[in-house]
Amino acid sequence: MKRRDFLKATLGGTAATLCTTAEARSNLEPAPEAVGMLFDSTLCVGCKACVSICKELNDMPPVTDNNQQSWDSARDLSGETLNVIKVYKNGDAKTKDAEINGYCFEKRSCMHCVDPGCVSVCPCTAMRQNKVTGIVTHHPDVCIGCRNCMVGCPYNVPQFEYNELFGQIHKCQMCNQAGLERVDKGQMTGCAEVCPTGATLFGPRKALLQEAKHRMQLKPGEIYNYPRGDVSKPYSHHEKEVPAYRDHIWGEKEAGGTSVMHISTVPFDKLGMPAVGDRSAASIAETVQHSIYNFMALPAVALAGLTYVVRRNTDDDNDGGES
Amino acid sequence: MSSHKAIGGRLFSVPFMVLLVIFLIGCFFMFQRFTSGIGSVSNLNGGFAWGIWVVFDVVIGTAFACGGYALAFMVYVFNKGQYHPLVRPAVLASLLGYALGGFGAFFDMGRFWQFYEIFLPGNWNFNSVMLEVGLCVAAYIIVLTLEFAPALLERFGMHGLLKSLNKVLFVFIALGVLLPTMHQSSLGSLLIAMGHKVHPLWQTLHMQPLFALLTALIMGFSIVIFEASTSAVGFGRHSESGLLSKMGKVIVGLLLTFLLARLVVLMLQGKLGLIFAADFASLMFLLEMVLFVIPLVILLSSERRSRGGQLLIAAVSMLLAGSLYRFNAFLFTFNPGPGYSYFPSVSEIMITLSIIALELMAYLVLVKTLPVLHREEHA
Repeated sequence: MKRRDFLKATLGGTAATLCTTAEARSNLEPAPEAVGMLFDSTLCVGCKACVSICKELNDMPPVTDNNQQSWDSARDLSGETLNVIKVYKNGDAKTKDAEINGYCFEKRSCMHCVDPGCVSVCPCTAMRQNKVTGIVTHHPDVCIGCRNCMVGCPYNVPQFEYNELFGQIHKCQMCNQAGLERVDKGQMTGCAEVCPTGATLFGPRKALLQEAKHRMQLKPGEIYNYPRGDVSKPYSHHEKEVPAYRDHIWGEKEAGGTSVMHISTVPFDKLGMPAVGDRSAASIAETVQHSIYNFMALPAVALAGLTYVVRRNTDDDNDGGES
Repeated sequence: MSSHKAIGGRLFSVPFMVLLVIFLIGCFFMFQRFTSGIGSVSNLNGGFAWGIWVVFDVVIGTAFACGGYALAFMVYVFNKGQYHPLVRPAVLASLLGYALGGFGAFFDMGRFWQFYEIFLPGNWNFNSVMLEVGLCVAAYIIVLTLEFAPALLERFGMHGLLKSLNKVLFVFIALGVLLPTMHQSSLGSLLIAMGHKVHPLWQTLHMQPLFALLTALIMGFSIVIFEASTSAVGFGRHSESGLLSKMGKVIVGLLLTFLLARLVVLMLQGKLGLIFAADFASLMFLLEMVLFVIPLVILLSSERRSRGGQLLIAAVSMLLAGSLYRFNAFLFTFNPGPGYSYFPSVSEIMITLSIIALELMAYLVLVKTLPVLHREEHA
């Protein structure tokens, strides 16, 4: 067999392998009994009870600002803050939930993506998504600390303890990590339980989505009976005037959707949410990766071809000429 | 009798001593990193989890170490035996570059004490690009060690072992072409999952592996030219520019492919307008393009191509272009979202510089003591 023919055959074989394996992976679907949370920014009064209980349940110290110990002064997520309330301000910041000359509160915590980037990129399977609940948990026992989950998360949620020599990644695990297991025990997340206004509502993702869609349908100005706690079995309700919601449920579709969803009167890009698009980046990365490495067929064919060619060319290495 | 020889000379030369000082300063900060944590020496943060240690030491450093890869392609796959004299020094530089890239990855690792978890098959996540990069780079370091082993075996007169190794070396040479093709393209694929954080001009999604591979090859050939030219000057050796200029044709092909693909992909993705947005990213993009075009202009003319000085300018320009492409994608225009910024700290930079110093020191010592460079009369 001539070398040229061999190269052609190898290339042909490679191309054929590539074509048969290049099936695009679409976004993952929500887990059958996915649980999540609905954050209604218009209900949040910024009391930060959720931040405080989160620290307590996860055994993390409060963050102090200028030695002022006022409950918790965390400004953003970190190795010791898994949940934080941020403030949006515009102009004179007089009216709550107004985009112009207003202010509103926004929660930052793990969104528990339906198609999580952190799970997809982790080389050691230290990030895992529960097949039933969809909750994304972290397992430091196998983590090497490469921090790909941090760059692979659209929301910068996983955070490393840079100030510890033997630090680890931290993220919200919906209070269901080993040792706490609140969801498995039939309880709700700490932040949803302590929220006085139901701004953070716990429940099955489907029910939460339904509730969010219902709120979009309400007329601004009418009175609605808002539930507190768990949307499927609220422990109480309170009546409040319906604000002019934006017709956008963050997490319904974003990059395959999230289990923690947000609704607001202020556009989400103003609240610091990223432009993620419809398709999850993880699904594209995995499509590319599996097209090249499916069953290692392509590398195996390439190696066989290369070994053959190199063998030929090292044999007549002494004359060093063209063959 | 080997066709390579050690060039000899004083080991503790002035350049060596300067490098040693830089290395020792870096050691101080490395000690701090392994006693007080990453936060005590670096400016890494929640949004910029990867700084210069990952982006320069690993992503760009291994591209600088692609000389062995590029030459293996030329000599063994396309059977251009006349380039053989350049192989051994290139393999040595590749080995040092990759070994220190691996070391860089180790001290960047947040949980370095359990680094071996990535080598345990039970942990493997086959969806992860990082897994492919980690395992493949580790395997390639072993392959490079075996490819360089003949120099050591010759030096210590272990001819029996050398003969046995030479019999199976072709397998490792084939792996030495396959493995960099795999992980260098994967370094590009790492960007895909970063989604919106990567600037649209560099977030080419499915095309990431192609661009990463092309820049790896371009930088690989450039470093061969660069090394040969500088060792011609530095060690007063015969210039190999005749041989190097012929390599120019291959590089022209690679450069044209890269530039054409880059622009066509941006056009198909509807992003051409961003080039002229007159912001930081567009400026960086244009600078990158200029650095890719300069070598093209030089190498397209056979007259310019044959002049050593011009060739060196082309090589340096390509090394800068490839580095800038990777820096831009991973760091310079990387935007994790509001509230995060990053500029490396002095200690962070010193650690990176000390790794480069260590690499250069090792190269200087090894070419002086081991049969690495080709004998003059054959060159």
